[in-house]
Amino acid sequence: MSEDKIQIFIDGVVRYFNHTPDKSVQVGTPYLAEKGKPMALDMTGLIGVSGPDKGCVYFSAPRVLLKHLLLSIGEPDTSEANLVDLVGEVANTIAGNARASLGKEFMISVPVVIEGTPSTLHLPKNSRAYVIPINWKSYTAAVAICLEEN
Amino acid sequence: MQKLMIVDDSNVIRSKIRRSVQSERFKLVASASNGAEAITHFKATKPDVVTMDLTMPNMDGIACIEQLIRLNPDVLILVVSALSDKATGIEALEKGARGFLLKPFTEQDINAALLELTDFLYV
Repeated sequence: MSEDKIQIFIDGVVRYFNHTPDKSVQVGTPYLAEKGKPMALDMTGLIGVSGPDKGCVYFSAPRVLLKHLLLSIGEPDTSEANLVDLVGEVANTIAGNARASLGKEFMISVPVVIEGTPSTLHLPKNSRAYVIPINWKSYTAAVAICLEEN
Repeated sequence: MQKLMIVDDSNVIRSKIRRSVQSERFKLVASASNGAEAITHFKATKPDVVTMDLTMPNMDGIACIEQLIRLNPDVLILVVSALSDKATGIEALEKGARGFLLKPFTEQDINAALLELTDFLYV
């Protein structure tokens, strides 16, 4: 995957958190995930990608970050249902925003939310996930991009 | 006062729009989590203004816009979506939407977009 493509998703992460009152997001150096060991924290919002690019984009975060993020955007209800909703919405926003550069052909699904660390994530064959670490306040989350190489 | 309906599959986003809309110009009459539900609420409550997500299960936003415009060509639809490519924006406008607000958005963004959408009614 090209640096330019990874940068599109980094820009999406920064843009998302810059629209919260606490804009103090820091993006770490992207790295290639170990094969067969998907990175996953407490909750993961996964977006399927089809079209010329096939695979998925996902946002994974600890519950505490999601609770803090809800409060930060003015949502007082930090119920489990809203945490599930939010983790999917963040993933959807970052993937959707990528279409400014990747075009309408970068087709995305509605989010699927996975709780806990799955034993396996069915990621595209012949590809590995690029993980973009995110530090927001004192919490760590990540966006992962796993697309088949064209 | 304009009757407002919010359509988005995210409860967090519906709630954010509800909290954000501070103008006395709008009265919330319905919320829907997908296109099919939106059609049902639209027929029952006859909103003047609709905020519309695009990526939703059970009828997406583009299909929903088409149907709402058929039911009432004068309805003012503001698309609120993360889909940032120009082609999608143009398609939504061609189907009858009157404005497009990109997610993520702030409270100020959604207020400004809704006021701009309805300003001509108050000239």
